[in-house]
Amino acid sequence: MTMSEHTLTPNHPILGRLSWESIPLHEPILIGTFAMVALGGLAFLAVMFKFRLWGPLWKNWITSIDHKKIGIMYMILGIIMLLRGFADALMMRAQQAMAFGDNAGFLPPHHYDQVFTAHGTIMIFFVAMPLVTGLMNYVVPLQIGARDVSFPFLNNFSFWMTTFGAMLTMASLFIGEFAKTGWLAFPPLSGIMASPDVGVDYYIWSLQIAGVGTTLSGVNLIATIVKMRAPGMDLMKMPVFTWTALCTNALIVATFPILTVTLAMLSLDRMVGTNFFTNDLGGNPMLYVNLIWIWGHPEVYILILPVFGVFSEIVSTFSAKRLFGYTSMVYATVVITILSYLVWLHHFFTMGSGASVNSFFGITTMIISIPTGAKIFNWLFTMYKGRITFDVPMLWTVGFMLTFVIGGMTGVMLAVPPADFVLHNSLFLIAHFHNVIIGGVVFGLFAGMNYWFPKAFGFRLDEFWGKVCFWCWLVGFWVAFTPLYVMGFMGVTRRMNHFDDPSLQIWFVIAAIGALIIAGGIGAFLMQIYVSWRDREKLRDVTGDPWGGRTLEWATSSPPPDYNFAFTPVVHDSDSWADMKANNYKRPTKGFVDIHMPKNTAAGFIISALSFVMGFALVWQMWALAIIGFVAMMAAIITHTFNYKRDFYIKADEVVRTEEAHTRLLESHV
Amino acid sequence: MSAPHNSHGHGHGHDDHGHGAEGAHGSLKDYAIGFVLSVILTAIPFWLVMAKVFDKSSTTAAVILAFAAVQVVVHMVYFLHMNGKNEGGWSMLALLFTLVLLLIVLAGSIWVMYHMNLNMMPSMGSDVHSMHDMK
Amino acid sequence: MSDITANAALSDDPSARYYVADHHPENGTLLGFWLYLMSDCLLFAGLFAAYAVLGRNYAGGPSGAELFELGTIAINTAFLLLSSITYGFAMIAAQRKNLKFAIIWLIITGLFGLAFLFLEIEEFLHLIHIGAGPQRSAFLTSFFALVGTHGLHVTFGTIWLITLVFQLKKHGLTVENNRRMMCLSMFWHFLDVIWIGVFTFVYLMGVLP
Repeated sequence: MTMSEHTLTPNHPILGRLSWESIPLHEPILIGTFAMVALGGLAFLAVMFKFRLWGPLWKNWITSIDHKKIGIMYMILGIIMLLRGFADALMMRAQQAMAFGDNAGFLPPHHYDQVFTAHGTIMIFFVAMPLVTGLMNYVVPLQIGARDVSFPFLNNFSFWMTTFGAMLTMASLFIGEFAKTGWLAFPPLSGIMASPDVGVDYYIWSLQIAGVGTTLSGVNLIATIVKMRAPGMDLMKMPVFTWTALCTNALIVATFPILTVTLAMLSLDRMVGTNFFTNDLGGNPMLYVNLIWIWGHPEVYILILPVFGVFSEIVSTFSAKRLFGYTSMVYATVVITILSYLVWLHHFFTMGSGASVNSFFGITTMIISIPTGAKIFNWLFTMYKGRITFDVPMLWTVGFMLTFVIGGMTGVMLAVPPADFVLHNSLFLIAHFHNVIIGGVVFGLFAGMNYWFPKAFGFRLDEFWGKVCFWCWLVGFWVAFTPLYVMGFMGVTRRMNHFDDPSLQIWFVIAAIGALIIAGGIGAFLMQIYVSWRDREKLRDVTGDPWGGRTLEWATSSPPPDYNFAFTPVVHDSDSWADMKANNYKRPTKGFVDIHMPKNTAAGFIISALSFVMGFALVWQMWALAIIGFVAMMAAIITHTFNYKRDFYIKADEVVRTEEAHTRLLESHV
Repeated sequence: MSAPHNSHGHGHGHDDHGHGAEGAHGSLKDYAIGFVLSVILTAIPFWLVMAKVFDKSSTTAAVILAFAAVQVVVHMVYFLHMNGKNEGGWSMLALLFTLVLLLIVLAGSIWVMYHMNLNMMPSMGSDVHSMHDMK
Repeated sequence: MSDITANAALSDDPSARYYVADHHPENGTLLGFWLYLMSDCLLFAGLFAAYAVLGRNYAGGPSGAELFELGTIAINTAFLLLSSITYGFAMIAAQRKNLKFAIIWLIITGLFGLAFLFLEIEEFLHLIHIGAGPQRSAFLTSFFALVGTHGLHVTFGTIWLITLVFQLKKHGLTVENNRRMMCLSMFWHFLDVIWIGVFTFVYLMGVLP
């Protein structure tokens, strides 16, 4: 098979497959979206120029290698992409609520299929992963008493690779189209014969670019936790969030390569005509499903483990009590990490591997729920006889406990292969994974954001709008997804843009209402951010420890200085900050020395931007540009390695000034 | 620690501990032993296959895989200086974790796909009408 | 400047046990690079798995027994093994602070690497020429992907080696450059380990009936 047989149109020598037809002028929804994005973009540019913010943006944020700034940028990326992913969700709910019988709705299949593919891809890769990574990036170095991560430049690079991967997916909205295959893009549907257009290529290259960022971030955080812990902080004295971060990043390093190699195989099939997953010449599409789920299952544990860590910190802080069962928490986390590699086939019980294989994986899937159960009990025992305060983070935690546990139970139902033969790819499955991802990951992210926001910005988030946000999400989730559980149990299939059975409509209407309630929750969240910023003086956190925290990040000012700790803490017990407070710890106010810090750099941004150019060129088969992009990337990387002057010193007198300012702030707090 | 250091003019870099070099080092002896062992462990499998020494393919396969496993260990020890003390034992832990996962990925994929092919590909002799043949 | 020490005796300042003035965290480069190599190992695991599943799907086309020239593979294996040794000699020279021989042995290593790549590319071109390219069958697809990915790694390693030689010439055997040499050493030996898997699992087992 030669190249020309794979493309339906002959390629332009420079523009490849790109042409004016690639711009979807005939799709009103997309034109409308583009108009809004263009207006928003122009407004942003206007503000930037008017207030001369380009310089500070470049110097203080884009080129920053400070884990705190990078963590915040990850959160911003995740929140913006949440809006895009949620817009897709609203569109699906609207379509499914109205498209019955003669009413075809407003999304024909070729558009609807892109919407659910984009929804899943964006929510997992560009919302959940960045938000979880952002939290770990911000918090872990502070919790272990370090000044930054092990590889600050690599950290910056990882962020920009993730962002440019997201940009490549966003580009598909306005130039060309996205994949229509579902978020995992199974062949043969994602092969070149069934999907000759650019959509799957956008999908592949977005994920490959972002995947490099994620994998390197994994290496970075493991090295940080292993090498940069404060003196005295043995492994069993680490905060639980740091433990979950360690296991999560081990999962990332161990599992993302499988995604990389599987997508690479798919792209070879598409671009070069190889036969990994074709139906002829010896290929095997089922191999793709096998490999992608070997990645896919650990991936969901990558999403949930950090959030388990968040809840551990919040439960102990807001119960004013040491976490119950620290050792069993650590063991449970490690067991989950290892077991997550032994369950992957439960995603395709129905593909036909037979009873013995299915039984093995069904049993392992049931076993993996046990350590999670142990964690729930530990949290409950922590709360028992604690002095509980129901600040917003604690509300999210209780909401999580109720919601996630039910999601876990439906997971155990699905773990039974004969039951799964009925429920696989039904709306029951959709309800289950949204139950655990929203009830677990999303609730945990909101809890973590409310908990650590004051540390990052120096003022708390507004409590009223935080509660509105919580209740809208909690109620909205259940209203949106209970109907899906019901319909799925009755046998309704996923990913349908139209139904003939009118009795289902009421369920979809209820689900749509639930989605609108969640939309209210997202609106409340945006409102919360605005109101908090507006009222920031009232909400100011002067002490650096607004919640009575127990771990080292609360020992710094809010926000912490660039160097985090003027003197590296020495740890004697777990819950180190609680230990320090109990022993009447007084901050040192003199004797400060020069502090060695890494320099900002543009290299990460530049290399990532070049990878975007290369990715875009590969999608559109602009071979010349792709080669130029690749060569430029290599040149940029090699040039960067010739830079040996990557650090500087914060002089002692500047440290003195910063620390004295903090002392004055603390003394002003009566 | 006496008076605080307020300048690092004595070339004391951030990551230069000066206390011995980082990472494990090999000696000429290590590399020589490793090389000789590797040559032997390579030559024998090649000979076994090229001279068709065993009758059964499965025997040959098992033997050469065993030789490969041993040679990997030789490389790890003599070239990569792998031991349980590098990086406080974390190198070994990471290696063991990776090897376990590698085994799971390989064995798991082979097991799953073998059964998948057996049950789902018509040329393998089973079809939907003979469900009792499903393994 | 104050003369209060940071680690004073407890009687001086009870909080002093909770901080230290001068702390140098351990450098994580070697561990970090080893972790990256572990991830690379799993990347190859995926390719090996694909080859294990697809490696006998000849689709009526040629098989390994018909295509593989074990003599050439033996020579290639020798090149790679020799390059591992010469890299080891480069490391020993560096330990002895002998910049000149470190560079010489590095260059010899690079030449062995290039020789390996030359033979491998020749093999690939020959196979494509006789109609046994990666598109012919799933066996050939997975063969080219696995062996080709290894070859790509050797290529990138060689580019890195050349870059490092320039950096050694420019800055000498600094702490940073020593660290880089150790990372490339790990990378290079790791590629030899993968090659053991390749020549055993692909070539030797591939010609077995």
